[in-house]
Amino acid sequence: MIQIPNINISIIYPEIIIFITAVIILLVEIFSNGKKWYAQSIIALIGIIVSGYAVSNQWNSFASGFSEVLVADNFALMFKLIFLLGALLTVFLSIWYFRREEIQQGEYFFLILSSVIGMMILSSANELITAFLGLEVMSLPLYVLAGFDKKKLLSNEAALKYFIMGAFASGFLVYGITFIYGATGTTNFDKISMVISSRSFGIDPLLLLGFILILIGFSFKTAFVPFHSWVPDVYTGAPTPVTAFFSIGPKAAGFAILFRLIIKAFAPIGGSIIPILWILAVLTMTVGNLIALTQRNIKRMLAYSSIAHAGYLLISLVVGNGRGASAALFYLIAYTVMTVGAFGIVILLGEKGEKDLSINGYSGLAYRYPAAAVVMSLFMFSLAGIPPTAGFIGKFYIFSSAISKGFIWLAVIGIVNSVISVYYYLRVVVVMFMKPEIQAGRVVCFPVSLMVAIILAAIGVLQIGMFPQGWFEAVRYSLIGLF
Amino acid sequence: MSLGLAHFLVLSGVIFAIGVIGVIIRRNAIIILMSIELMLNAVNIALVAFSVYMRNMDGQVFVFFIITVAAAEAAVGLALAVVISRNRKSVDVDDFNLMKW
Repeated sequence: MIQIPNINISIIYPEIIIFITAVIILLVEIFSNGKKWYAQSIIALIGIIVSGYAVSNQWNSFASGFSEVLVADNFALMFKLIFLLGALLTVFLSIWYFRREEIQQGEYFFLILSSVIGMMILSSANELITAFLGLEVMSLPLYVLAGFDKKKLLSNEAALKYFIMGAFASGFLVYGITFIYGATGTTNFDKISMVISSRSFGIDPLLLLGFILILIGFSFKTAFVPFHSWVPDVYTGAPTPVTAFFSIGPKAAGFAILFRLIIKAFAPIGGSIIPILWILAVLTMTVGNLIALTQRNIKRMLAYSSIAHAGYLLISLVVGNGRGASAALFYLIAYTVMTVGAFGIVILLGEKGEKDLSINGYSGLAYRYPAAAVVMSLFMFSLAGIPPTAGFIGKFYIFSSAISKGFIWLAVIGIVNSVISVYYYLRVVVVMFMKPEIQAGRVVCFPVSLMVAIILAAIGVLQIGMFPQGWFEAVRYSLIGLF
Repeated sequence: MSLGLAHFLVLSGVIFAIGVIGVIIRRNAIIILMSIELMLNAVNIALVAFSVYMRNMDGQVFVFFIITVAAAEAAVGLALAVVISRNRKSVDVDDFNLMKW
């Protein structure tokens, strides 16, 4: 008799909703004439919100489906909400930007939404083949998005660099998966962990090699040093809303799968993995921050700062217990709102073509547009980790989780790094408030959609920073069943 | 001498290394794309070898997924190469030096 596997299609309802939305947007692009950019953006927003509702309906259901290939535990659901929040804010950032750059093509929203589907699969994958497919579904649209401004050479260059690096990394990743399959005979996380712990003799070198190759693959995606060389070029060349999406979505998705791998599949060999992650964390934080100090271009500066933030998140991966994972989730939520806010201001202050993105171009901004300067300062304070902002609470949570597990040196290095980072974040503030105005001609209008994104982000930064209690509860609940 | 698992793994390792070296030292974007395909196919050899050796079908199923993904990657990569060669009349990666840190 043929055994019918347990499918349980209800656990992918959020993905299905996003997929249907994406297809509707494409159909609108094909079959309607005239102005459809706004209609498509509204469809995208509705789809994201409905999908978020579907995700929140699954809260505490702990369902799994497709023969245990996908799981919808609270950990995965929390990550899905973070991706959807990131996508929502990115759509708000994009509406006006692409109108200004005169590239209003509806495929843009289709690509953003397809990439979100990949991230959602990645966060709920409980098996290596699914994780690989999720990663590719996430990455392929991102390569196209990086080159979306196809007449601009910088954007072309960003797309090609990102594509070569990404495809190269996928090669390492699948090779790693192959070795783990060869060493354990399975690709399911629970079974891998069972096979590893059932063996009495030391660590299988094939297994360790497989893990290192997988780590290299994901390190490219989440931009850990020394696999970060593509980040500044891609972030600078890609259209700014896409850059904002790059720095929140793929990074969070990479951490989702790394957490699940390290907590579930490789828990029995945790002892030999931690030193590798420790070194990666220190390198990523330090190199990211030190190079960011020398940057003159705001997008490049934010690119290096996003590498440094990945380093802080790696600390929580080294800690590896419930406290570390909840700190990482909290930090990712905070990081999403503050990064989107900072990129929102960059979009607001840029002119068509974005020829000048130097930090000095913001000289004297506070005299002309005090509100924009104050909000930008808020995001910079948050990224630097100064109270009472979300960034401060997030960093505090991560460092205290490191100390509670005994990683004192890691916490010290993290704190030193975050002190270094204050210098380059505050330079933006100093330039805006204390330098004389040099660019009298910089025209700024205040489009509604962009304002919505920036104001939502600013409220988020302050709300998470001043009333973190509810967020702590939420991230703590999202770890039920994982430990 | 009969062929064992080790022979296939060595073959796969050698092909993978050729792919990696190709990505690193070649300067033409199309050849880099071919080297990436070589890496993925090396993985396929190892997967099939493991799968046969362990009498477990998962590996061979994964090979089909990898072939599909490789096709999708090639489609995106070639499309990007077409756009770039239209704008710059060249697909040499050494020409892409607009940005330096």
